Amino acid sequence: METSFAITGKGYVIIAADTTAARSIVKMKVDEDKIKTLSPHLLMAYSGEPGDTVQFAEYVERNIRLYQIRNLYPLRPSAAASWIRRSLAESLRSRKPYSVNLLLGGYDTATHTPHLYWVDYLGTMTEVPFGAHGYGSYFALSLLDRYHDPEASMEQGLATLKRCIDEVSKRLVVSPGTYKVKVVDKDGVREVEL
Amino acid sequence: MNSFAERFSTTTAASQMRNAQKLADEDELDTAMWGSNAGFGSLAKGVPTFTVPAVADPTAFLRLHTDDHADPSCRIKIQHGTTTLAFRFQGGVIVAVDSRATAGSYVASGTVKKVIEINPYLLGTMAGGAADCQYWETYLGMHCRLHELRNRERISVSAASKYLSNLVYSYKGMGLSMGTMICGWDKTGPAVFYVDSDGTRLKGDLFSVGSGSTFAYGVLDQGYRWDLTDEEAQELGRRSIYAAGHRDAFSGNSCNLYHVKEDGWRFIGNYDIAKMHYDGPGNVAGSPGQGYGYDVRVEGRTSTNAPAVAAAA
Repeated sequence: METSFAITGKGYVIIAADTTAARSIVKMKVDEDKIKTLSPHLLMAYSGEPGDTVQFAEYVERNIRLYQIRNLYPLRPSAAASWIRRSLAESLRSRKPYSVNLLLGGYDTATHTPHLYWVDYLGTMTEVPFGAHGYGSYFALSLLDRYHDPEASMEQGLATLKRCIDEVSKRLVVSPGTYKVKVVDKDGVREVEL
Repeated sequence: MNSFAERFSTTTAASQMRNAQKLADEDELDTAMWGSNAGFGSLAKGVPTFTVPAVADPTAFLRLHTDDHADPSCRIKIQHGTTTLAFRFQGGVIVAVDSRATAGSYVASGTVKKVIEINPYLLGTMAGGAADCQYWETYLGMHCRLHELRNRERISVSAASKYLSNLVYSYKGMGLSMGTMICGWDKTGPAVFYVDSDGTRLKGDLFSVGSGSTFAYGVLDQGYRWDLTDEEAQELGRRSIYAAGHRDAFSGNSCNLYHVKEDGWRFIGNYDIAKMHYDGPGNVAGSPGQGYGYDVRVEGRTSTNAPAVAAAA
């Protein structure tokens, strides 16, 4: 089943999402990137109803880009998160709502603070030091309660993320095989190998 | 056909009872038989029987009224939410459980004993139906004692757990609900067996059972090593139950901790989960000296990474 994690650390956010695209009991694709780069300092991991996910993610991606073209500056993470949440909340009361869960990680260059937002398909949004979606969250959240450190260095943060991934691989029956890991910090967005 | 055959049979319990009653009725008892009912004393008052619902299919009847997966509005709700764990390590076996009992969304009790002390060397844990676990594990204790008397030797954990698994398997499909770990120390050393009402029986080093088990596993797996010290192991058991009590709505209240060693089990203590959140487990071996709660643990720490010049400005 789809699983995504995100953790903040000293001056960064790490987001990891599994790379499988499944339909029924079949893995259709094993290298799907489910983390979009919305702006130079904003990442979004998305999961949920197939079809809805990519449609919604691209809609968000283009609107965030449009804002930047019109105003020269990109939205700061909290503003972007609010706009995205509202889009989901309005969709929820429409005839065909998007069923998409999100993890939004951004680095606010004005305050030098990393921000992580946990958003679900009902339009619930909360800022968290770490977050997870999918069955993996049942194992990862208690683990992160125990091991997460807001002042962890990048190496320590990646080590904690590795703990989460290993734990889910160990215990979850339908565990994903591979994850894509992206980081956002003062230098922008980049992909890292675990 | 069955009742017809039974009327003329001489060996069934029913016919023996009939004969005993006939003897009593006809007053043909020899005086030497007085007080013993001719050896049919246990039968003269009737064969002991189970009371079952007066319906055609008692199993289906029970399932209709208790299975809350199929029908959440059913009348009888069986206790399902729980977190229990047990693991084997160099220094014996650690058994830790929470103490919450829920009936649907209602917290029915916060002081349940979910570790069943089968005998001084064996512990059983309770998840699923409370009554099923309590009754059958006590019953298991009785048979473990009979094994001791018959064989002049303590029963192995393996044999005891197999006795239980065979027993529950014989009731499969009749509504028993239990997920238990049978833990103890026998001549092979420390042992943990997982037994559930499906009839599954697994030998292993580390198990967690119940709705909060995933949260407990998250902490337990990451902290587990075979060569844990006694203090570290007890702390890991406590910390894992705390994690489940914190994250799972159907687990909580307090943690009961046991340690099994070569000379039998020992009760280590009862720890309030809310207290562990804010203050930690108190002055006990292996305690971190502060609350387990995330906010307590990271208080004053921040992810903001302002450059030195910006901070000065």
